[in-house]
Amino acid sequence: MQITFYIFGLLVIVGAAGAVSLRKPIHCALSLAVSLAAVAGHFLLLGAEFAGFAQILVYVGAVAILMVFVILLTRENTPGEGLGVGRWMIGAGVAAGVFGVIAACALASKAVWVASAQPEATARGIGEQLMGAYVLPMEALGLLLTVAGIGAVVVAMPDKKVL
Amino acid sequence: MISITHYLILSSALFCIGLAGVLSRRNAIVVLIGIELMLNAGNLNFIAFWRFGANPQPLAGVMFVIFSIAIAAAEAAVGLALIVAMYRHYKTTDLDRLSSLKG
Amino acid sequence: MINTGLAAIFLWAGLEQGLGKLLDHGLSLLPPAWRTWATIVVLVGVMLGVFASLFALSTLLERKGLGRMQNRLGPNRVGPYGLLQPVADGIKMLTKEDIVPRGADGVVHFLAPLVLFAPLTLSFAVLPYGRHWVPLNLDAGLLFFFAAGSASELAAFMAGWSSRNKYSMLGGMRAIAQMISFEMPLVVASLSVVMISGTMSLAAIVERQEAWLWIFPKWNVFTPWGLAGFGLFIVAAMAETNRSPFDLPEGESEIIGGFMTEYSGFKYAVFFMGEYFGMFAVSGLAVTLFLGGWNAPLSFLPASFLWFFAKLMALVLVFIWVRGTLPRVRVDQLMNLAWKYLFPMTLLNLFVAALWHYTAVWRAPGGLALRWVLCFAAIAVPCAVLARAMMRSHKWAPRVYRFGD
Repeated sequence: MQITFYIFGLLVIVGAAGAVSLRKPIHCALSLAVSLAAVAGHFLLLGAEFAGFAQILVYVGAVAILMVFVILLTRENTPGEGLGVGRWMIGAGVAAGVFGVIAACALASKAVWVASAQPEATARGIGEQLMGAYVLPMEALGLLLTVAGIGAVVVAMPDKKVL
Repeated sequence: MISITHYLILSSALFCIGLAGVLSRRNAIVVLIGIELMLNAGNLNFIAFWRFGANPQPLAGVMFVIFSIAIAAAEAAVGLALIVAMYRHYKTTDLDRLSSLKG
Repeated sequence: MINTGLAAIFLWAGLEQGLGKLLDHGLSLLPPAWRTWATIVVLVGVMLGVFASLFALSTLLERKGLGRMQNRLGPNRVGPYGLLQPVADGIKMLTKEDIVPRGADGVVHFLAPLVLFAPLTLSFAVLPYGRHWVPLNLDAGLLFFFAAGSASELAAFMAGWSSRNKYSMLGGMRAIAQMISFEMPLVVASLSVVMISGTMSLAAIVERQEAWLWIFPKWNVFTPWGLAGFGLFIVAAMAETNRSPFDLPEGESEIIGGFMTEYSGFKYAVFFMGEYFGMFAVSGLAVTLFLGGWNAPLSFLPASFLWFFAKLMALVLVFIWVRGTLPRVRVDQLMNLAWKYLFPMTLLNLFVAALWHYTAVWRAPGGLALRWVLCFAAIAVPCAVLARAMMRSHKWAPRVYRFGD
């Protein structure tokens, strides 16, 4: 339905805007969680249920919590920065320029995309693809996740102190 | 009727907000948040094209997004570990102070 | 008396079909455009009503049960045998003053109970209560349940951080560490059920357990991997919902109220209700995955939603029983339990489930006994070895303070 698209879209944009512009990093992380949950809502609207649930499980349930933990561990004594206006102008200007270019291309495109019949994305189908055509990327992903996990622990480990 | 143009505009807006965050903020964690927003914009694009377009390979869009979500999680973990290590040395997460390799 | 009991059971089964027909008939009176919305509203209302009254009942059961276990009577002043105590509690919660600390972060402090409560209520939508009584029959229903459960973890941190209170902060950090650590054994324990059933849809998982060995049921808990998986699932579920012996985040004797310290009145009631709803949700999932859902315990009894709720309340009673029996664990014991013991055991459970599945062709007499012995030994021996090794590995050493530098 149209109204749910606009509601979720509004949540995405407002959450993202909050995530990059709020003063305290904790508020940014919580706003990011809202934005990611709304993106998962969009996935559900588009019929990709598995991707939507995986998005909530991984992003809201793990990445957001990880960010929150790190924000707690790296708190500075001085309060939040004052955002320099000049700095913001450059960043916002570049971003607005990029948005203008992409949106102009999207609106001017003459390709006709017909909403085809809903493709089926069952869990069984995804499993068969993962174990069939995409088995090598899946194994590589497993390796990547293992290495990333071990690497993150090693990088963040404190140096052994002599008691 | 919601067409693909709506989704393209939405995902490009999300991407550009993330880009603005990465370019303007000094706090390393907020930069990482901007990167996550950009990745999510890409994922939204993938799913939108999967839904509205012809699919010679079924489920390609969804597979790509699943891999992308996993890789983004791994990258966030490593990036945050780096930020923790950085904080331990410099006692700050301000990217402007990390200029010892400059010049 | 058995005759009246059986008659009552058959009457209730008839009532279940009658209720379904009543709903259909009532909905057909409405114009077709309204029917979807009316179904949704009715279902949501009924589910919330049922679970809210179960919540009231189980608070009473908990207080009376704990009281009896501690050799005292529970509340018995309000109403006969204290039956109106939940009403009194509700009135108390609603009329208490809502105190917000001055330095607290207003928006986050306000939203935290809501963020805890809403995803847990969402997760009730995929549980199969009866044969055709699944509010939301999703193809990846189990994944939806875990996604909704993990979305509520942020609330504990939000509550802890926004209260600007050392105890709340400690409670909040302990809460998220505990919840994400025990999510792994919870998910992998239910993964063995998914592997054997071949589907993630909860309604289909219950239907696969509708098999009978003579008159006895063939639920998943009556297999070696199911028994071990059920035990692991219940332990992880107790830790996920912050129930004793894992109630460190709200350790009342250590950090006052944990992350709930600065909440009073209705917000505290919402937290309390969220904790109990979490208990109902994971118990409902355990009943669905391992205990056969809405199937009856004997083959000549009709299947009905009453069996589901009976098994749910039995599990809730087990939760209360464990709360009254075991002391609280320490935070490092908790982490050890999750990562070094429960998680390897659940991975081993996956292998044993596969072993059970692939030896199903041993049909010789005594084959069943041999399979049971083999699979049970494959789980019990590493379990014992791991437990002994962990007990013996504690060395005495000077205490290291990791955050005090």
